Amino acid sequence: MAVESLKCKECGETYELGASYACERCFGPLEVGYDHSGLDAAEVKRRIQAGSQGIWRYADFLPFTGRPQDPLEPGLTPLVKADRLAERLGLDAELWIKNDAANPTHSFKDRVVAVAVAKAQELGFKTVACASTGNLANAVAAHAAAAGLDSYVLVPANLEEQKLLATAVYGTNLVGVRGNYDDVNRLCTQLAETRPWAFVNVNLRPYYAEGSKTLAYETAEQLGWELPDRVVCPIASGSLFTKVARGFQEWTDLGLVAGEQPVFNGAQAQGCSPVATAFAEGWEVCKPQKPETIAKSLAIGDPADGPYAVEQARRSGGAIDSVDDEEIRAGIRLLAETTGIFTETAGGVTIGVLAKLAERGAIAAGERVVVYITGEGLKTLDATRDSFQMHEIDPDLDSFESEFDHQEVTV
Amino acid sequence: MSVTVKIPTQLRAATNGDAEVEVSGTTVGEVLDAVFDAHGDLRERITQDGDLRRFVNVYVSGEDIRFQQGLDTAVSESDEVTILPAVAGG
Repeated sequence: MAVESLKCKECGETYELGASYACERCFGPLEVGYDHSGLDAAEVKRRIQAGSQGIWRYADFLPFTGRPQDPLEPGLTPLVKADRLAERLGLDAELWIKNDAANPTHSFKDRVVAVAVAKAQELGFKTVACASTGNLANAVAAHAAAAGLDSYVLVPANLEEQKLLATAVYGTNLVGVRGNYDDVNRLCTQLAETRPWAFVNVNLRPYYAEGSKTLAYETAEQLGWELPDRVVCPIASGSLFTKVARGFQEWTDLGLVAGEQPVFNGAQAQGCSPVATAFAEGWEVCKPQKPETIAKSLAIGDPADGPYAVEQARRSGGAIDSVDDEEIRAGIRLLAETTGIFTETAGGVTIGVLAKLAERGAIAAGERVVVYITGEGLKTLDATRDSFQMHEIDPDLDSFESEFDHQEVTV
Repeated sequence: MSVTVKIPTQLRAATNGDAEVEVSGTTVGEVLDAVFDAHGDLRERITQDGDLRRFVNVYVSGEDIRFQQGLDTAVSESDEVTILPAVAGG
């Protein structure tokens, strides 16, 4: 069996595989520990290729002894070559977009929630819950509905309307908290002590976070069992960023892929950039901030995995940058215009940082770059409002011809 | 002056299972020192070289002390000091 225990990332103390998340000795975060020594790379590869069309094809690397039942399996989202985006940015690189908006509830959060909800069921919980900036809310409500569990979803009350609607529809207990995400998160940490619930990103966090590794596995598999040279990835709590790195490392250690680990570039919104600031200042910890940005899905002012994200960026030779609200809107537009992919504000942040890297010449000719687009544009429509002009005409040819230049019919 | 300190589940092995500890002090630092005097094991678990470990969050009546004066943040009679593990993920 591959999955072994929970292990403290700070001091190495090990714990049983239960619903716990913080080390009793030093308060460090717990992570799932595996023993992959019994795995044969060729056999694992065959198992993956013969597996399901989603994240459970990677069950050997997830915290279960078998493949859980999952009626709403996420994953195997498109990896799209983005030549026209590369061209617009003046990049002579092999640029790929991993479009993770193409998941059941339209964000990468389906990956982590699928794993957490399966673990909640295994541990015997009847109710799942979360603190969310929106995407997680959608995913928890939906996966709970699919699994027949009750759910409580706590979000900042001022969240985008689209995200509230796309949560409430699943019949969850939607709780709007008058405060920011960090307030919601503190409340959930306290509730996790008094309620017999599986908070996917609190007491089930070690399992939940494992779901993000599947983004790395898919990337490598879709690139023909090869690693990218560089990834560009948004950072909120820092969990996705560090788990994608762990995914690549696990496959390298097992011999499923070979070569150098990718350079990691992180993306934050300027209005909530505690991790980018810690990177720039050379700090070991992140100083918390009060978020003020249109990228609400990244608005975590006190990012728990921030220190690890900073370490990952440094170790890989990468960086963590931030962009302002105008650059975020421009990023959404640029991706849409060049790839046909409409992303939410978090994707605008990621494309904005990609543009920044291109501008400062950080990306070398011939590099293979994978950019993670983690959410769907229809969830943050306000960011697109008033950014275009509609041609309003009468329903006749003259009216059309007066609006647009005449063109000869040639085909 | 008496202040209530909320102890999270993970640390209750060091407080004989108590979820709350009543101590005196006028700043967070003084309050925590008083808690450590009563329950010696706690000091090493949540501090390192005199500072809070990096995954320890402390709140005075719901407000993170890092937005205030850290360990020098003033504490008054009606305040509640809460210790929680750092955990987040949208």
